[in-house]
Amino acid sequence: MVLSASDKTNVKGIFAKIGGQADEYGAETLARMFTTYPQTKTYFPHFDVSAGSAQVKAHGKKVAGALIEAVNHIDDIAGALSKLSDLHAQKLRVDPVNFKLLGQCFLVVVAIHQAAALTPEVHASLDKFLCAVGNVLTAKYR
Amino acid sequence: MVHWTAEEKQLISSVWAKVNVEECGAEALARLLIVYPWTQRFFSSFGNLSSPTAIVGNPKVRAHGKKVLTSFGEAIKNLDNVKATYSKLSELHCDKLHVDPENFRLLGDILIIVLAAHLTKDFGPACQATWQKLVGVVAHALAYKYH
Repeated sequence: MVLSASDKTNVKGIFAKIGGQADEYGAETLARMFTTYPQTKTYFPHFDVSAGSAQVKAHGKKVAGALIEAVNHIDDIAGALSKLSDLHAQKLRVDPVNFKLLGQCFLVVVAIHQAAALTPEVHASLDKFLCAVGNVLTAKYR
Repeated sequence: MVHWTAEEKQLISSVWAKVNVEECGAEALARLLIVYPWTQRFFSSFGNLSSPTAIVGNPKVRAHGKKVLTSFGEAIKNLDNVKATYSKLSELHCDKLHVDPENFRLLGDILIIVLAAHLTKDFGPACQATWQKLVGVVAHALAYKYH
């Protein structure tokens, strides 16, 4: 699966629209993921995962930051997220299936806040991008 | 048998009341074919699927999307026995249509995104969780008679 030129344009475009709200989107994504897929909470036993949690907000900001980093280096996501990839492989070891769940929730958040901008084409590109990020983060697992 | 809380049933029916089955069904199927193009393999008789514009405008896609979501409504009317409701449809998808059940999960996820786009702020986390559970139950029921 490769990101085409139009995929990259679509992803950059939607993230430009998201702009400074990316941190909130990150927090909302996590909150929805914990509610919709409770098994994902098993990776955060040390967190207060209740609604409005400061820890979830902070972590959402981190996740959003990583996605933005990937968008800004969309021609070399593996390079941009190399350290994060190491972290997930060696320390966090989040099962690969969970990146799809996070991706689904991020798409839902974007659909809610940017319904008009999430055309079928942009939806397809964003889904591909999120898959690519997930693949990079699990690339060094074995 | 799947257990639904009163709150879940309420979230399902309140969302369903706001759904335009024809529009949402058409949009969900079109997005499935666009976002996961390999799903087009089941629709070689549908004519022009050569671009997102062609898919969105394709009358067969629209009609089939409406059919699929209308059928979803049957599950909602029979939440306490979705497996029985879909027994024949499950056999059909296995024996005649030869559809990998993974496709039901893909369509379910797409439907969630379509609902989110239409309902926006009304599609809160509890709502999303309930509907993800529902699409999972439907997917499971459709796969249940596979052999």
